[in-house]
Amino acid sequence: MNPADAQLLKPELEEMGPGLSSRSEVTRRDFFKTLGSGVMVLFLTPAALAQEAGNAGRGGRGSQSPAEISAWLHIGEDGTVTVFTGKTEVGQNIRTSLTQAVAEELRVAVSAIKMVMADTDLVPYDAGTFGSQTTPQMASRLHRVAAAAREVLLDMAADYLKADRASLTVADGKIFKADADRNQAVTFGQLTKGQKFTKTVDNSTVVTPASKWTIAGTSVPKVDGRDFVTGRHKYSSDMKLPGMLFAKRLRPATFGAKVVSVDTTAAEAMEGAKVVHDGDFIGVVAPDSLQAEHAVNAIKVEWSAPTDQPSNANIFDYLRQNVVAGGGRGGRGEGRGGGTAPAGADGKGASAAPVADQTLKQSYTVAYIAHTPLEPRAAVADWKEDKLTVWTGTQRPFGVRGDLAQALGIPNERIRVIVPDTGSGYGGKHTGEAAIEAARFSRAVGRPVKVVWTRQEEFTWAYFRPAGVIDITSGVNKDGSLVSWDVANYQSGNSGLQSPYHFPAGNQKTVFHQTRAPLAIGSYRALASTANHFAREVHMDELARMLKMDPLEFRLKNVVDQRLLAVFEAAAKAFGWGAAKATAGHGFGIAGGTEKNSYIATCAEVLADTASGTVKVLRAVTAFDCGAVVNPNHLKNQIEGAMMMGLGGALFEAIEFKDGMITNPHLADYRVPRFTDLPKMEVVLIDRKDIASAGAGETPIVGIAPAVANAIFDATNIRLRSMPMVPDGLKG
Amino acid sequence: MSKVAELQVNGKTVPVNADGERSLMSVLRDDLGLTGTKFGCGEAQCGACTVLLDGTPTRSCIFPVGQVGQRKIATIEGLEKDGHLHPLQEAFLKMDAMQCAYCTSGMIMSAHALLQKNSDPSESEIIRAMAGNVCRCGVYQRIIAAIREGAKTLQTK
Repeated sequence: MNPADAQLLKPELEEMGPGLSSRSEVTRRDFFKTLGSGVMVLFLTPAALAQEAGNAGRGGRGSQSPAEISAWLHIGEDGTVTVFTGKTEVGQNIRTSLTQAVAEELRVAVSAIKMVMADTDLVPYDAGTFGSQTTPQMASRLHRVAAAAREVLLDMAADYLKADRASLTVADGKIFKADADRNQAVTFGQLTKGQKFTKTVDNSTVVTPASKWTIAGTSVPKVDGRDFVTGRHKYSSDMKLPGMLFAKRLRPATFGAKVVSVDTTAAEAMEGAKVVHDGDFIGVVAPDSLQAEHAVNAIKVEWSAPTDQPSNANIFDYLRQNVVAGGGRGGRGEGRGGGTAPAGADGKGASAAPVADQTLKQSYTVAYIAHTPLEPRAAVADWKEDKLTVWTGTQRPFGVRGDLAQALGIPNERIRVIVPDTGSGYGGKHTGEAAIEAARFSRAVGRPVKVVWTRQEEFTWAYFRPAGVIDITSGVNKDGSLVSWDVANYQSGNSGLQSPYHFPAGNQKTVFHQTRAPLAIGSYRALASTANHFAREVHMDELARMLKMDPLEFRLKNVVDQRLLAVFEAAAKAFGWGAAKATAGHGFGIAGGTEKNSYIATCAEVLADTASGTVKVLRAVTAFDCGAVVNPNHLKNQIEGAMMMGLGGALFEAIEFKDGMITNPHLADYRVPRFTDLPKMEVVLIDRKDIASAGAGETPIVGIAPAVANAIFDATNIRLRSMPMVPDGLKG
Repeated sequence: MSKVAELQVNGKTVPVNADGERSLMSVLRDDLGLTGTKFGCGEAQCGACTVLLDGTPTRSCIFPVGQVGQRKIATIEGLEKDGHLHPLQEAFLKMDAMQCAYCTSGMIMSAHALLQKNSDPSESEIIRAMAGNVCRCGVYQRIIAAIREGAKTLQTK
């Protein structure tokens, strides 16, 4: 079997799951022994509560049953507030936004809160940081935990100050009597001194509404920003332990290659180098990284490689021809915006072709692309008889702990995974390859070992955003109303496949075909939503042109969701949609959609020159609604960054491969967006304080590619339906 | 290749014992613990490893330590003086010009080199000078704003 088949769309399944099954050893220990006396508030997940209700053997509330806790907060005798969560910081600035949630409810300064994240020995189980779940799920839980802690402290303060509870106010880590002089206050530390108080809370705990936020909802700066501008922060790749060695793994010549023969004599003869050979796992450990590199290069090995591996030249035919049996998913009548009813079980809905004035059938494709996190996969492992400790950059610390347990044959309890704030992920660091390698090397040599992947390794042996083919057949009436929509996606995924526009009942049909995967595929910022938005929003532009309607007007005619309407109108207004274009060669494009409870519309202006083949994106404006905004400046930063990153996949990023190898595994050959690609960017935030905050790190990437495609058409009459659109310049 | 016995780093003479073939980046990071200089690509394509050699921005990942000689090496760790951040560091904080911040050291060092040569660069001059530095999080617009802000502060000093 192709090794990539094993993880066919694993990220989609993984990210759509409830993610609540929790098993944490940490909760078995005595919290107070570790943290000292104080007040502890723990959050119980809804799933845990359900389990609890159905299983008397698990013990009652407050008995610290291990499986149920997803976050906790401790207020120590010195008033220090420490929060524990399994989420990982990879640049999305959740260390700041989660701190804001706690500061808001506890009425303390942001600087008074310590956030302990992603250390499997210290924090409760967490499925991972993906799917834009941190804000809707973890921030919401921390609001509840902190609000409950505040109420506990108010109870204690009423006793302590012998005051009416209703007369007390909380500010700056102290509790005051309303009418007394300010000296009559009690600090959190005074209240928690000598206490061993534990409280559990759930989703029913009342929190401060967004309309009354004073810390959440504001542009709090990155909480530990100073550590980054000084270079002081230690990423995984910066970790150093006493006696630490550097390791390099021998990589196969091609995907799927097996060792036929290996000769490590020369490598073993090199000073300081130690060869590790354990089945197909071969590598070298040495005192510095260059020695390790020299030694691994000195290993002579013969490989047997599988033949006839697909290449990027024929990938789209390959995907259509290699649908996995039973892989088709979807169905008619699931339209979100349309409010349509499900198809009847008799299948009539599926066979009747809706009658429209005009129909259009087109195909769209997206290439494999690489996340290219600037910090490559890296890990430091320290194998000790009773405990393996690994520092690594991953979005799934507990998942990687499980992977380590399996790879090394030791129980979870003997493994600690620590994830320092990491040099980005974008969905590309769900796995723990470097962690496993470092651990195997460390076990073999009995010393701490560091593994840092080269850029070539990262481009070759990580996983990719899947390529895909998307076929759309649509029907539309002359007045601009959509009649039918029939879309099939091969390989790239389901996310964003549903059109948010209105269709008559039962007239939207979506099918997702899993296919064999020639390359390892996995999660990526916004998953398939980028590909599916590209296909849909370019197709919408094609329909508008066919009908000789304005592309914005055509969309608005078919939008029923008021939040989608609002972002389209806001983006168009800020952009100046309909204004005169500067000169020939300039074009405007618009695109929009909804994903993960956020709404986006993006407008782009391009300057395209068919003679020279150059395309420059001059301006990009995105209007975004993700409910109540938690941190306006950081949200704008995410949206700007997503537009910029999205330009790469839109215009020039593509992984090339043939004969089982990546043929452009270097930054010199794989072009990522640079300063020279920067358009003027503007972001319009629609702050819906009446709607729960959604995560916002992913969805802002989906609008830019189709907006740019539509702008290129507006400028040149050239319709581009494949991402990347102009890897070798614009072809007239 | 011959051994390197000392380097001039951030205004100090520092003893080392390194094979001259090794990269300057590796010696700074692995031997001297100056991990603010980052490994991004090892191919001189991303700028995360940028340090200054006698004021010239240099890709330390491919620069053999044996060729440094007596040149003065400036790394991100040397910018803060007596607990006061350099105006560029302050400006990066003020403009929120980072997300994961793995590129930040290299960005600041490249910008530092630019401002030493050109105290008031235009936007296009900044883009030209910084084109070799990659921010995968895409924070370029803010980095340009931070460099202009840092330049402004430095001019009034």
